[in-house]
Amino acid sequence: MKSIEEKAMLEVTNLGCVRGDRRLFKGVNFSLTPGTFLQLQGPNGSGKTSLLRIICRLLAQAEGEIHWQGANICSLGEEYFTAVTYLGHRNGVKDEFSALENLRVSNGLNGIEINENRARDVLGRMGLGGRESLPARLLSEGQRRRIALARLLVCNTSVWLLDEVLTSLDKVAIALIRSLIEEHLSNGGIAIVATHQELELAAISVQRLELAT
Amino acid sequence: MLRWIVRRDLILAWRRRADVFSTVFFFVIVVSLFPLGIGPEAQLLKSIAPGVVWVAALLASMLSLGRLFANDYQDGTLEQLLLTPQPLYLIVLGKIFAQWLVAEIPLVLIAPLLGVQFDLSKETLLVLFVTLLIGTPVLSLIGSVGAALTLGLRGSGVLISILVLPLYIPVLIFGAGAVDASIMGSSTESDLYLLGAVTVLSLTFAPWATSAALRISLE
Repeated sequence: MKSIEEKAMLEVTNLGCVRGDRRLFKGVNFSLTPGTFLQLQGPNGSGKTSLLRIICRLLAQAEGEIHWQGANICSLGEEYFTAVTYLGHRNGVKDEFSALENLRVSNGLNGIEINENRARDVLGRMGLGGRESLPARLLSEGQRRRIALARLLVCNTSVWLLDEVLTSLDKVAIALIRSLIEEHLSNGGIAIVATHQELELAAISVQRLELAT
Repeated sequence: MLRWIVRRDLILAWRRRADVFSTVFFFVIVVSLFPLGIGPEAQLLKSIAPGVVWVAALLASMLSLGRLFANDYQDGTLEQLLLTPQPLYLIVLGKIFAQWLVAEIPLVLIAPLLGVQFDLSKETLLVLFVTLLIGTPVLSLIGSVGAALTLGLRGSGVLISILVLPLYIPVLIFGAGAVDASIMGSSTESDLYLLGAVTVLSLTFAPWATSAALRISLE
């Protein structure tokens, strides 16, 4: 008997992507069960970002289908986004807001209201303690990335799509992200990460997908 | 959730208040240039007043439209807004409402004051105020479609004007028409009703069109 744990949560079949008149990839297949980590690899311009953006519906695929818990994601409404968190190249951090405001506003918009103490806790864990109230424009690139990543601690979603999130982070922060992803996976989440660095996760199930140019 | 997006945009506008003041200042200057250039002929000033104030309002709203989505687009918060579990329609509506409060309401409030330079009567100033109050939401609503379509393009400021200004023509005709009618002493009702109809029509369709345009621009 197949337990519910083994059922694929996210299934990608025969996915293809065309940008302009260039074909980036075709025939991409994978299916991810809870607790699976998928590392996307490939040279620059091979379509890692496009693949992640297709999975979170920011981009339309040329062909193929994506199923989330058995339902086609195109037929799912906004409720699909209660299951997905995407962090891309651009941090999504407002320069005019402090770290605290950034975190509270972005969570508020996602329907998760957190009070100030909780936000301070989360930012403290991200190593931003003492800098919560400074406008983000005064912070370094790595610190702003940490504000963006702090959302992962609050978001409560099952699928994390992380696009080159390790750039401009120091060793301590990378270790922190690694432990965050491990915690997420052990809770039955899915993480799809596009990265050139090895993450060396202690995950039970690790898949790799190599996109060629 | 609408509350979050409106509050967010209002706080952002407050922290960049120089942008808001520049729009208002532009409006004041443009409207004031006409009496100075044309001279103190009360009758002539009176007859051009509705058109001048309304055209200046259209041009001033052009200044703030470019910023409606551009800043959010650049720092990546716009794509995060698209990924929230709420209808994009509502988010767009919230942003447009905040933009209207910040960029258009100051114009509505200051316009009667500027109308005095054109020797308008008290009743006409009131009509001017009311037409702007009903008509300026259209400027934000239709303008948002242009802003979303030109997102991320070079020279988008000029492009927005070319796209959007022709669509403002009905508002201009009915808005200025009502004020004109008030100066002539005839009934303003028909113009006001038509202006209201344009507002309701754009309130229905513009957020929807803007949402679609945003999705295309972010691909």
